[in-house]
Formats: sequence, C-alpha cells, structure tokens
Amino acid sequence: MLTILYFASVRERVGRAAEELALPAGVADVAGLLRHLGERGGAWEGLARIGNLRCAVNQQMVALDSPIADGDELAFFPPVTGG
Amino acid sequence: MNDRQLLRYSRHILLDEIGIAGQQRLVDARALIIGAGGLGSPAALYLASAGVGRITLVDGDTVDLTNLQRQILHSEDRLGQTKVSSGQTALRGINPDVLVETVPHRVSDKPLAALVADADVVLDCSDNFATRHAVNRACVRHRKPLVSGAAIRFAGQLAVFDSRRGDGGPCYNCLFPETGEADEVRCAVMGVFAPLAGIIGTMQAAEALKLIAGAGEIIVGRLWLLDGLAMEWRSVRFGQDPQCAVCAPSAIK
Repeated sequence: MLTILYFASVRERVGRAAEELALPAGVADVAGLLRHLGERGGAWEGLARIGNLRCAVNQQMVALDSPIADGDELAFFPPVTGG
Repeated sequence: MNDRQLLRYSRHILLDEIGIAGQQRLVDARALIIGAGGLGSPAALYLASAGVGRITLVDGDTVDLTNLQRQILHSEDRLGQTKVSSGQTALRGINPDVLVETVPHRVSDKPLAALVADADVVLDCSDNFATRHAVNRACVRHRKPLVSGAAIRFAGQLAVFDSRRGDGGPCYNCLFPETGEADEVRCAVMGVFAPLAGIIGTMQAAEALKLIAGAGEIIVGRLWLLDGLAMEWRSVRFGQDPQCAVCAPSAIK
C-alpha cells in the first residue's frame, strides 16, 4: 500500500487530506502516480498541472521522476504564500 | 543591560539556553520583518516583548477593518494608518526600549538589499511570491538567515534558510523555484483561519529568537507543513538544488 497525503490547495482541490492506495500496476514513479490519479477525472485531472507542485517520498522532497515502491508515504504540497 | 532590563528579561535569563549572554545578543540584535500582517503581527510582538533591540517593519498597506480578525498588531483606533506606523505604536507600547523603524512601502530588490545587509535575521511574513523570491535573493547574497512562514485558509508552512553556513544549505528558491506559474492564492480572496497566522508567525519568532540568542538547534533543509483542520504537522527534508538560479555556486557572483 501507498500512503498519500495532500496539503494546502492540493488537499482542497481533491477534497481529502490522506488516502491509502495499493500501488497501481504499471506505476513506477511519482509522475506515473499523478497520471494514475488524474484518471479519476474531475478535480484529479488538474493535479499534475498545479504550478510548482512538490512531492516528498518518505519525508524527503524528490523530483517527479523519482521511483516509488510499495509501502512509501507520499506527500503532495504546493508553495503557500499569504501572510 | 541595566537593572530594569535584567528584571524585564529575567524569565529568559533564567533559561540556561539563553542566559545573560543570549539575552544580550537579543538586545543587540537587528531584525527585519517583511510584512506587518497576519504573520508579521505575532512575530513582531514576540520579538519586541523579548527585547530584540532594533526591529524594522516593512509593509506598503494600510490597516483595514478586514485585517483585524487576525492581524493582532493593529486595532480599531488605528484603521487607515499605515500598517508599519500602527505596528510601531503597538511595539512601543509593549517595549519602549526597542527601536522600531518603518518602511511604508513594498520593497523591490534594490532597497531590500540595503535593509537585509543591515539585519541579523530576516523574517519573511509577506503575502506574495515575488516578494518571497526577492527577500530570498537578498538573504543569499548577503548571507543572512531567513525565517520563512506562510499561511492561507487552514494551511501553514515554515522553513529556515541559513546561507551563512558553508555547507551549501538550500535556499527558498531550491524549495520552490521561481517559475511565475505558481497558484497565488491570497488571503484577500481565499480566507485565513485567524489563529493559524498566530501559530506560524509565532513559530517564526521562536526560530528567529533561537537564531539570534544561539539557543537550541536550528533545523535547516526542512519544511514544516501544517494541516490546521486536522491539526497535524508533517515535515519534509529538502536539499540544495545544484542548478538553483539563486544559490548554486555558478549563480553567485
């Protein structure tokens, strides 16, 4: 299973803070997972297009072409401003 | 410090991690606070009450009724004043020993460079990415520690950058490169939960005071993410981007 966390505007866009998901067949990296999530349609489709979307795998920020594996915790977050 | 200051700051001096030496560093220090709004309010109040000797407030806005729900530096009787002037009044009321300087406009690169060069620590409490990147560039160039906070709706972020370190610590641009395409969501249209600004701004004050006093550990290369609805924190580590347009060796002139 993957644990996926969503923060700030990403959380608001997809309407949830976290989910558990079995590693989808054929998904090997963060970008692949974003494509898989986008297939849910609706708000999920634009996920990969959020400006400057960042991803951490197991609490380490990584590039979107980084590999993922069963058991990983992923966190998606955008830059936040507002002061 | 005189006797009155020793008494005023006695609860800090009692802390072994601060003591007289640490408190003296606070009294001698100069802090630059960019933005006197939701984050800058608690940050400035704590820095002033804790005795930071000189505080420079930078903000181009005036106090509006809609600010008062969370911007605790300001008050009903100062509506319409510049935020920096209102803030100066508030800080003087708390601690007249603190010299409060005001810059009543939004700063671009050039004036920012002089302000940053003159500071011991910089707190980014601003509400827009252009300012965040300008502040970061100035802090990298002048090798000043930067305590960066952000808060919108129920979400907060906090990170400390310290380009004084010789080990190539990351900068704000390593974390969120300036692309010009980030979703800029502003409090003005998106709303912000009042105490969220207090939580993040107060953490900025804590890290700034620790940096100046030399207390505890300053964790660089880590971004704290707060989900205020679940009241859960996560932190993620990030490194220097070797291609960073601001802090990579090839980018620093």
